[in-house]
Amino acid sequence: MTETDPILHFEDVRYRWPGRASFGLNIPDLTLARSETVLLLGESGAGKSTLLSLICGTVLAESGRVLVAGQNIAALSPGRRDRFRAEQIGLIFQQFNLLPFASVQDNILLPLRFAPNRRKRVTDMPAEAKRLCIDLGLPQDVLSAKAGALSVGQQQRVAAARALIGTPPMIIADEPTSSLDAATQATFLELLFAQSRAHGTTLLMVSHDARLSSQFDRVIHMADIAKTDRERA
Amino acid sequence: MSLGSLIARALTVSITILAIALSVALFLGVEKIRTGAKASFADTISGTDLIVGARSGSVQLLLYSVFRIGNATNNLTWQSYQDIAARPQVDWIVPISLGDSHRQFRVMGTTPAFFERYKYRSGQSLAVQDGAIMDDLFDTVLGADVAATLGYGIGDPIVVSHGLASFSQHKDQPFRVSGILEKTGTPVDRTVIVSLRAIEAIHVDWQSGAQRPGQSTPADVIRNMALEPQAVSAALVGVKSRLQVFGLQRSINEYPQEPLLAILPGVALQELWQIVGIAETALIAVSAMVVVTALIGMMATIFSSLNERRREMAIFRAMGARPRVVLALLVLEAMLMAALGAILGLACLYVGLLIGQPMIDSAFGLWLPIEPVTLREIWVLAGVVVAGAIVSMVPALRAYRMSLADGMMVKI
Repeated sequence: MTETDPILHFEDVRYRWPGRASFGLNIPDLTLARSETVLLLGESGAGKSTLLSLICGTVLAESGRVLVAGQNIAALSPGRRDRFRAEQIGLIFQQFNLLPFASVQDNILLPLRFAPNRRKRVTDMPAEAKRLCIDLGLPQDVLSAKAGALSVGQQQRVAAARALIGTPPMIIADEPTSSLDAATQATFLELLFAQSRAHGTTLLMVSHDARLSSQFDRVIHMADIAKTDRERA
Repeated sequence: MSLGSLIARALTVSITILAIALSVALFLGVEKIRTGAKASFADTISGTDLIVGARSGSVQLLLYSVFRIGNATNNLTWQSYQDIAARPQVDWIVPISLGDSHRQFRVMGTTPAFFERYKYRSGQSLAVQDGAIMDDLFDTVLGADVAATLGYGIGDPIVVSHGLASFSQHKDQPFRVSGILEKTGTPVDRTVIVSLRAIEAIHVDWQSGAQRPGQSTPADVIRNMALEPQAVSAALVGVKSRLQVFGLQRSINEYPQEPLLAILPGVALQELWQIVGIAETALIAVSAMVVVTALIGMMATIFSSLNERRREMAIFRAMGARPRVVLALLVLEAMLMAALGAILGLACLYVGLLIGQPMIDSAFGLWLPIEPVTLREIWVLAGVVVAGAIVSMVPALRAYRMSLADGMMVKI
């Protein structure tokens, strides 16, 4: 596992949902270089979420290997895998990203609790949280506010700040803009791109919206990289 | 963070905490009353080596002679009393004559030696808070509760009724309050004390439980009468040497002229506690079950909160928290609730004691001391927190399994 390894590499990965023998996902080859921004397009049910779960190691491949930063994640113990995910990947979901009862600052700093190496990269945690908020166009006084009190657009920016803190090598965003209106969507993406470029972070965004394609280095269609088996067994 | 999550669900959480607090307060309260009652029973009599009465049961003799509960089945004749008093082993002897009452309080006839010999709470003597010990035949000394309840002061006249809860009154021979005793926390507080001669005096014109019609001897004439009692209810005995206690007890129990019973107060108290012990255990068991119920209630709240918190757990998982962290969070949360409940329960107990102390004292004659938290109570509180943690393992394990299955992609 070195800095030169691709951040993500799938080798003949096969996955079958437990209890559903007839539905499986097969990804022969997928590689993401460091600092690349990639848009993954696919219809609902094409296996996008499964792919993300495989990357994050919350589900494991039946056969083949998933390498994140050169590390075969299946080779790690479940506990090490959780920590590895915390170190390597910043995550942004579609919506409801935050713990509504906790302050914005606590939300942003949350992944650092589980990722010691990311924590080491941040010398002054409140200052870093504040910097990210400002860079993402959030008002300064937002840090002490309860996350649940923010608008959806603001919440997504806080989620982005949380994914970016401690500069993990890869950020995975699962349709982060689908709950935002067009104008907010554009601003959000601009900010996210600026931040990930500034830190050389790989950005993998999942969406079903092809209009975003032009802003990314590369566009991957789920249908091109994966085969889903739906045939009756 | 766990605290924040609790605050976010303030209403359900506070109701759960309140339930735990009340159950803990109940449990500690029962404990308090139990130990208080035991202590106050044990404190009622000290310094007396033997209690002598007519043959009955040792617990019964203890109850009527010391606690004024129940009645003597028979009396101890004056002759036997004097015979025992004359024994060489006997250091002192105090007669007790019961049977009459004033309002709801019992009247006890005794000798002035009672005030000197009767000891409570490891050797404390009775003290007069107002007035003096009776001097005249028709003087009476009141226990603290009698004076407080009926609002009597020094010099007030009182009329004694014949028997208990009776309508016939010894109205021809009214008494005068000469002294009021300090509060002792013993049945003495609820006793009207008169001299043994006075008990005879008020019964001069009486025969077979009723006043002879038309007969009323003037008080001054009575004062000059011999007034030797026929019998007394019981006697408190002190021996010269403790080694002689058992010998004297045996010889009184084998007294040929009359069936008598001599008991050691400490032993009789033990017997009494053995009887009460079953009820005591039942009481503790019931209050412990209440605590368990409250904790199960907490488990139910945690269970019902799991669904709405699935996302919260998924976020933790996505951020790299192991499922174990999710488990620990829930257990920690339950322990926090249980600890808050326990502390609040303790606070409830002290508030309850502050408010209830005088009421319990006047209603049951039970003085519950307000003391710092005992080690035993700390153990109980710690036990509640530990039990809370154990109980929460059930929903926590479910959450653990759920977050393993959900991973971080919860679509709700």
